[in-house]
Amino acid sequence: MAKVLMKGNEAIGAAAIKAGCKYFFGYPITPQSELPEYMARELPKIGGIFLQAESEIAAINMVYGAAGAGVRVMTSSSSPGISLKQEGISYIAGAELPCLIVNIMRGGPGLGSIQPSQTDYFQATRGGGNGDYRLVVLAPANVQELVDLIIEGFDIADQYRNPVMILGDGMIGQMMEPVEFKEPKQRELPEKDWATTGTGGNRKPNIINSLYLAPEELEEHNVKLQAKYKTIKENEVKVESYNIEDADVVIAAYGTTSRIARTAISQLEKEGYKVGLIRPITLWPYPYSEFDKINPNCKGILTVEMNTGQMIDDVKIAVKGKYSVYFYGRTGGMVPTPNEIIEKVKEVYGGEK
Amino acid sequence: MEERITIAGFGGQGVMAIGQLLTYAGMIEGKHVSWLPSYGPEMRGGTANCSVIVSSEPVGSPVVVNSTTAIVMNKPSLDKFESTVNPEGRLFINSSLIEQKSGREDIEVYYIPANEIADELGNMRVANMVMLGAYLEVTKIVDLESILEGFTKVFGENRAHLIPINKDALERGAETARRQVKAMV
Repeated sequence: MAKVLMKGNEAIGAAAIKAGCKYFFGYPITPQSELPEYMARELPKIGGIFLQAESEIAAINMVYGAAGAGVRVMTSSSSPGISLKQEGISYIAGAELPCLIVNIMRGGPGLGSIQPSQTDYFQATRGGGNGDYRLVVLAPANVQELVDLIIEGFDIADQYRNPVMILGDGMIGQMMEPVEFKEPKQRELPEKDWATTGTGGNRKPNIINSLYLAPEELEEHNVKLQAKYKTIKENEVKVESYNIEDADVVIAAYGTTSRIARTAISQLEKEGYKVGLIRPITLWPYPYSEFDKINPNCKGILTVEMNTGQMIDDVKIAVKGKYSVYFYGRTGGMVPTPNEIIEKVKEVYGGEK
Repeated sequence: MEERITIAGFGGQGVMAIGQLLTYAGMIEGKHVSWLPSYGPEMRGGTANCSVIVSSEPVGSPVVVNSTTAIVMNKPSLDKFESTVNPEGRLFINSSLIEQKSGREDIEVYYIPANEIADELGNMRVANMVMLGAYLEVTKIVDLESILEGFTKVFGENRAHLIPINKDALERGAETARRQVKAMV
């Protein structure tokens, strides 16, 4: 299929429909409102349902219900709206239901701003709701990758019966880039024999639930969840690296920030600096072992984020104290410039190339 | 080759639209492209701008901080973006709405009376296309044909009848720029 130019938010909708998602429940919020707008227009055409709920809390519980019935379903929001959804997300993770949740992040805390940010990294990767659960968190850096990860995200969700979060920011939601809707690699997905599709009088009812009053049973349920998370960690890590075996400084950045880092790196290379990049595509599971491949004589790892330092914790876990870890970030909806990153890299270099 | 363009003006002047046309045309020609709008609590009559990148390499940061070209459709945009053009870059000023001359001597400056030309063509709304035509004449970043090919993609098939007047606007903008290029040489 030919390439088309699409806004990130609309491309999410098109990719979800391509992946067989026919159900969208949400509540509008900048900077992701083009997505519900797209779904409101397109889903009725294919016999799907778009429903603007009365609140984010209602929307995520509608997702809970639809996912329990075994259909491909999604919701989307931006930071404050995602905070409202946390209770439902925890229930969905507890009940082991597949669904896709999109967070097009904006500045915080509170209502914050409507400009791009990456301030919800902790919330996404550590579990924003209660309980010991994990989301698979995917962080696209361009609109094509956004499309590909949406399509694969539905498969990952179905394969592991686990909610998947797409963590983007206002920039990727608002920007337009060429995209191609490729035929996805088909995974072998398990039958949804757990779904509440009606017994027809022929089987025992399926029950969707996250309540286990007996502590022994709940512990057992958690052991099972942890085993599943371990399998995901083994199978689903995605990362892109650039020149890390040879670099004197390695930048760690994800999403749109990684693109700004790439621009900074090309400029630094022209000046004779050797700078690498580790770009996690899955933020959970995190690509810890990728950091083992870094040049042993590397002067330091610079984490760049649109927040005041969140992924840096994972970078520190990954490098196990072998390298000094530095940070550069802008927040509040401010976007770092390549020049700011260049200055910081030179600081880490300490004046000698 | 990497063109990093800022296009700015009042909301409603079509700055987002010509940015999208340029992006679409670049894509049609197999170049790497991105389009990023300023967004915020904006309204008709407020200022709007977009960042467009057309490159032979994959696009890194989609944010244009320093541009190779700025196209400014109104005075507040000139004030904001004149200083962000790289040395040896280009600045296209809509001289119908901006009386002021640029103070920059290290860049090429073109003065395009876009609103007057659009008015002569009988549709004020093509002023943006006049600016785009001038820009393309100087930079040759994409062909006019690619812009016209992208037209219905950006504006929809039901706007196809507007292609002729938009083509005229592009050509009048190009003509104006051509005269100024000659004057510079």
